[in-house]
Amino acid sequence: MQTKRTIFPNKLLPYALLAPQLAVTLIFFIWPAAQAVKSSFEREDPFGFRTTFIWFENYTRLFSEPGYLNSLTKTAIFAVSVTLLSMSLALLLAVAVNRVLKSNRTYTTLLVWPYAVAPVVVGILWWFMFNPTIGIAPYMLRGLGIDWNHRVDGNQAMILVVIAASWKQISYNFLFFVAGLQSVPQSLNEAAAIDGAGPFKRFWTIVFPLLSPTTFFLLIVNINYAMFDTFGLIDATTNGGPNQATNILVYKVYADGFLGLNIGSSAAQSVVLMLIVIALTAIQFRYIERRVQY
Amino acid sequence: MVENRPWLSFLTHLVLIVGVVVVVFPVYLAFIASTHGSGDFMRGLVPLLPGPHMLENYGRMLTQGISTAGAPPVSIMLMNSTIIAIVIAVGKIAISLLSAYAIVFFKFPFRLLAFWIIFITLMLPVEVRIIPTFAVVANLGLLNSYVGLTLPLIASATATFLFRQFFLTVPDELMEAARVDGAGPMKFFRDILLPLSRTNIAALFVILFIYGWVQYLWPLLVTTDSRYYTVVMGIKRLAATADSEPLWNLVMASVILAMLPPVLVVIFMQRLFVKGLVDTEK
Repeated sequence: MQTKRTIFPNKLLPYALLAPQLAVTLIFFIWPAAQAVKSSFEREDPFGFRTTFIWFENYTRLFSEPGYLNSLTKTAIFAVSVTLLSMSLALLLAVAVNRVLKSNRTYTTLLVWPYAVAPVVVGILWWFMFNPTIGIAPYMLRGLGIDWNHRVDGNQAMILVVIAASWKQISYNFLFFVAGLQSVPQSLNEAAAIDGAGPFKRFWTIVFPLLSPTTFFLLIVNINYAMFDTFGLIDATTNGGPNQATNILVYKVYADGFLGLNIGSSAAQSVVLMLIVIALTAIQFRYIERRVQY
Repeated sequence: MVENRPWLSFLTHLVLIVGVVVVVFPVYLAFIASTHGSGDFMRGLVPLLPGPHMLENYGRMLTQGISTAGAPPVSIMLMNSTIIAIVIAVGKIAISLLSAYAIVFFKFPFRLLAFWIIFITLMLPVEVRIIPTFAVVANLGLLNSYVGLTLPLIASATATFLFRQFFLTVPDELMEAARVDGAGPMKFFRDILLPLSRTNIAALFVILFIYGWVQYLWPLLVTTDSRYYTVVMGIKRLAATADSEPLWNLVMASVILAMLPPVLVVIFMQRLFVKGLVDTEK
């Protein structure tokens, strides 16, 4: 790994400098994670007196449990929908802002602030809008003949959390798409225009392919966001219900472990989640290595 | 702009205006709700224009809270959130500056190992290790304390990488010159490296302040004493009771109060915010 050509000769100082960060990391990150891995292979008797090592039993049980398989499916649906919805809306807005010359800073300011809104608060805002008794959205939907009640209808609950989660993430995607669009050379666009390509053709054949590094990066970040950062949103809107319809993995691991006190199963779920984050991070870093050559 | 197409310009502005309306509308609705009396929510549809009770609602939430819902005054929770967000941001920046400095400017055994240990924190968000982390904090007796709320979140791989990246671009000559002039490592760090990192620190502070402010799961786990509630988690408790007892105006007043500080930070420090966001993802 890279260092400076010249370095300071001190022997002990670097350890002292690293100590605070390493202490926090070891005590609050590595040790608990190791504990989770350990207890995922164990079973604790109901009174907590003894634990037995049971190999992969927690995992085999987990993957044969319909509730967990349902949660996996719901997570996949949720993550894919949030990613597609928020990325496509953000791309549309970014392309539009990129075409505007004068007022683009105003538009940008008005579009980016939801980044700073906490997921729980996002949940409450949309829950209020879609509240079956007084919300404005159900009122309008009734006019279209749709009876909205996400407390009963699982699909509607999923639609609600997808919309709310995407709303928050638009700002983030928008900023990265704008940055990506600004690095597309204007000369290419002009050359294509001279050759007679219209704005839509230019977008799909020149701009969009050149944006692919940004798009790919955002794809990973958004999946990560939808899987891990939406806990508060689910907690504020649906609590995983109705009937498990929005019980995504992070919510289930909390509900089973903290409220249901099923330590073995919760630990196994934690380990599965860790593997997912590790995979996503690995993909992200591999891709960043490549982006340099683009 | 390559060519002039009036209908396309019209479409562009239309897309943006619709986008802004969609983004702003939920918050507009919440603001309107926060200006009404609680009786206005009985009639089946939320009001769409401001009402006369704004000061009353905000004043009540800031100074009294809703005792039946177990929610302390919002002013206390706002102060807690501010303290926690600032401690997390400053803490993360401080320990990351030090570790990046050690990794870039010194050679020592286990340097690579230290780097990897820090790197691993990226892959272990609190959500995937809830119970064991809670157990550690409980065993250390840190439940219901500012230390317990902040310290476990303070490790930061992203900040360390950012500073490492930046330190690698600092010319070697600066350090050689400092050494020739007799400056020791800590003097070089304080008098040369820190001033050079000013913009990076500021940009990172904006991002990390927001990160600290929006924390929800962790405060929810480690606080049971309402004196330590942060505003983001306090609101959830309010909203949970609002369903049975319609206090929408008061809930929405606290929602607005909880959003305002970080949103203002983004709006007024937009340049730093964008820089911080883009930098931390590299």
